[in-house]
Amino acid sequence: MLRYFCLGASLVFCLAWFDSASADEIDELLEAVTAVEPRGEGNPAAAEAVRELSQADASTLTRILAAMDDANPLAVNWLRGAFESVAARAQESDDGLPATELEAFVLDLEHSGRARRLAYEWLVKADPSAPDRIIPNMLDDPSPEMRRDAVARLISAAEELADTGDTAEAKSTYEKALTGATDGDQVEQIAKSLDGMGTDVDLVNHFGFLTEWRLIGPFDNRDKIGFEAVYPPEQELDFDAVYEGQLGEVRWETYEADSDGKVYDVGEVGKFDLAALTEPHKGAVTYAATEFVSDTDRPVEFRIATPNAWKLWVNGEYLFGHEEYHRGMRFDQYSVRGELKSGRNTILLKVCQNEQTESWAQDWVFQFRVCDLSGKGLTSGQRTARADAP
Amino acid sequence: MRLVAFCLTALLVVSLTADADWRSFRGSATNSLAPEEQIPLDWESDDVVAWSAELPGRGLSCPIVVGDKVVVTASSGYRQGQLHVLCFAAVGGELLWERTFWATGRTSSHPKTCVAAPTPSSDGERIFATYSSNDVACLDLEGNLLWYRGLTYDYPNASNSLGMSSSSVVVGGSLVVMVENDIDSFTTGLDTRTGEELWRIDRPQAANWTSPALWSHDGEDLVLLQSSAGVTAVDPVTGETRWSYGDGASTVPSLVASDGVAYVPSNGLTAIRPGQNTPEVAEIVWQEGGLSPGTSSPLVFDDSVFVLSRPNVLIRAEAGTGEEQWKLRLSGNFSSTPVVAAGHLICFNEEGTAFVVDPAESGRIVSTREFGETILATPAVADDALYIRSDAHLWKIAAP
Repeated sequence: MLRYFCLGASLVFCLAWFDSASADEIDELLEAVTAVEPRGEGNPAAAEAVRELSQADASTLTRILAAMDDANPLAVNWLRGAFESVAARAQESDDGLPATELEAFVLDLEHSGRARRLAYEWLVKADPSAPDRIIPNMLDDPSPEMRRDAVARLISAAEELADTGDTAEAKSTYEKALTGATDGDQVEQIAKSLDGMGTDVDLVNHFGFLTEWRLIGPFDNRDKIGFEAVYPPEQELDFDAVYEGQLGEVRWETYEADSDGKVYDVGEVGKFDLAALTEPHKGAVTYAATEFVSDTDRPVEFRIATPNAWKLWVNGEYLFGHEEYHRGMRFDQYSVRGELKSGRNTILLKVCQNEQTESWAQDWVFQFRVCDLSGKGLTSGQRTARADAP
Repeated sequence: MRLVAFCLTALLVVSLTADADWRSFRGSATNSLAPEEQIPLDWESDDVVAWSAELPGRGLSCPIVVGDKVVVTASSGYRQGQLHVLCFAAVGGELLWERTFWATGRTSSHPKTCVAAPTPSSDGERIFATYSSNDVACLDLEGNLLWYRGLTYDYPNASNSLGMSSSSVVVGGSLVVMVENDIDSFTTGLDTRTGEELWRIDRPQAANWTSPALWSHDGEDLVLLQSSAGVTAVDPVTGETRWSYGDGASTVPSLVASDGVAYVPSNGLTAIRPGQNTPEVAEIVWQEGGLSPGTSSPLVFDDSVFVLSRPNVLIRAEAGTGEEQWKLRLSGNFSSTPVVAAGHLICFNEEGTAFVVDPAESGRIVSTREFGETILATPAVADDALYIRSDAHLWKIAAP
C-alpha cells in the first residue's frame, strides 16, 4: 500500500507542479528528452524528464510534437510516449483534445512528417470528420503515411468509377493516385488496374530502379573471406584497369538488366541478376558501379534488396554493409541514408555470393534505387553506368 | 469492517503476486505451466468465450497477464513500422490504454512473421515490449513511458532479414534480451529502471529465434541462452557464464527447465544439467533422437516431457529417461507452444484450431474449437482464464 501512497503523492506533486510550470521548465524537460543518444546515453535524465512531461496538460501537446522536428529517432519515441500519455488524459477530460491546434500542426509543412502524422492520428480521435477535410490534399505530402491514405482514397474512388462504367474517369483517377504512390502494394494495384485499361506503367521509372551497371569480378569469397577483403575497386575506380581476379584477369564490363517496367511485381521489377547476366559463380565477389546525376545537393535514401552480403560506397565514401546470406529478398529491404552532390555521383556496390549448395541459396541478385527521404523514386538526370563518361 | 478491509487487502496482495500472473513467453517461469488454473475443458460452446477484442495490427507475440491487466503487442503499417502496446482489462476486455512507437530498426521479415513477434515481459510493475526491429519500450502499468531503447539503432548490423522473434525475460532487475543474428550477434542485460546496459556478451554469429529460459534451482537464478552452438547459463545480473553445453541446439524451439534439468532441442531432445564433477560443463542425462520438436517448444509436466514434433504429432515421454509413453496425432501445422491448464494440454494449430488434450494414459482429445483465423502465438493462462491472439483478435476463454 505504501507504493500506492507514494505514487499518489507523486501524482499530486506533478499536477501541482504543472499548474505553475513555466515555458522554460517545459523547454528544459524537452531538452533532456531530446538529449538521449544511442546505447542508453542520457537515459536516466530523459526517464525523469519524460515522467514529468507525461503529467503535463494539453497545452504542451503541440510543443512536444514540435520537439520531434530535430530529434533523433530514439528521442522521437520518447517524445511520442509523453505525447500519448498527455493526449490520452486530455481525450478523457471535459475539455477534450485541442483539435484546432492539432489540425494547424498537421497542415504546417515546416514540421516533421512523423510529428504531423501523430498529430493527425489524435486529431481524428477528436474530430472524425478530419480525414475527409485533410486527406484529399495530401497526395504530395512529405509524410508517406499521409500520402498512403490519400492514395487509398483515390484507389477506392477509381474502383467505384470503374464499377459504374466510367472508364475514362477511373483511368484518370488511377493516374492521379500513381503520382503519390510509393508503397509497393498500392503501386502494384494501380499499375495492374491501369494495364487492364490499356495504359502501360513503367515501374522501373516510377521507383527509380538503376538497371545499368558496370561489373567487375569475380574476386575470391571462398570461406566468406571476400566481404572483409579489400579488392582494387575499393581503392580506385579505374574502368580501364585490369586486375587479377578469382579465376584470372578481370575487367569492367557494362550490363543492363531486363528493364521491362511492365512487370507489376515489386519483388521482381528492376532486378539486376548477376548470376544470369554473368555466371552463377559461388564463393565470389563482384563489384557493380554506376553513375547518378543529381540536379542538386540533397539527402537521399539508397534502397537495396538482395539475399547476398553487400557493401555500398557513394562518391568514394563507405556508407554501410551487411554480411547476411540468403535470408530472403524483399522490396526496399535495406534503406541507407546518404548525400548526393549536384552533378555526377558514383555508386559502388559490392555483392558477395557464398558457397551454400541448397537450391534456395543460389540467387546472386539485387534491386537498387535512389529515392528521397519519403520513399519517392528519383531518376538520374543522365542515367548511365559510364561513370567515366565526359 | 476491519475484517472486510483485511480481506480486501489480502485480495490485493494476492492479485499482485507473480503466482497468478503470466509475465512472459511461456509464463512467469518460462515453463508453459498453469496446471491449477481452472479453465473450462469443453470448448465446443460459445459460452467459453468470455470476450474478444479487435487488435490494430499483426502479431505472433503472446499476451501477458499482470494483475488485472492483459497486455499484448502488435505491429501495423505497410512496412510494419508502427509498434503497438495494448492493455486490456482482464474482466470485460475493455481497452484501458494503447501506446504506439515507430520502429527504429529494420522491419523486414518473412511474410509469415511480423515485427510484433517477441512476447513482452513484466516484473509486475513495468512492461517491457520488444520487437523484431529490436526496439525496447518500457512502460508502467498505466501506459506511461519509462524508457526506450533501439538496439538495432545502437548496433546497425544487429538484424535478420527473415525477422527476429526472441522474447525477453526479466529477473533480478535485469531485462535479458537476445539479439542473435548472422552478424553483430549479442545478448544484453538492461537495467529495468533506466534501460542502461548492465552487460553485453558476444554470441554465435548465426540467426537465432529462440527465447531465454529461466533456471531456478538450488537457490540459484540463471538465464539459459540457447543457440546453434548449444546452451549457455548466464548470471542475469552480470552476464557471466556459469555453465554451458556445447553440442549444438535448434535455433527455433526453446529449451525448458524443470527441477534442475534443462530439456534442450538438440539432437532430438537432450536432457542436461550442470556436471557433477565439473559444474561449468553440462552433463547429458539422456538424449532421444525421436523427440525432436518442430517449431513449438517442449514442456515438462507430471514427470513427463511433451513435444510437438513436425508436423503435428504430440509425444509424451518419461522426463527421467526420455522413454516414449504415447503419441497423439493432431491436425494442421504448429507454431504455438502448448500450455498446461486445469491439468490438460492446450494446443493451437496455425489454422486456428484449439485442441484440449487429456495427457493421462494414451492421450485423448477432450474438445476442439475453431477460431477461424491463423494462430501462431502461444496462449497465456491466469486467474482461471486462457488468452490467445491472432493477427486480428484477442480472446479470453473462461468458464461462463
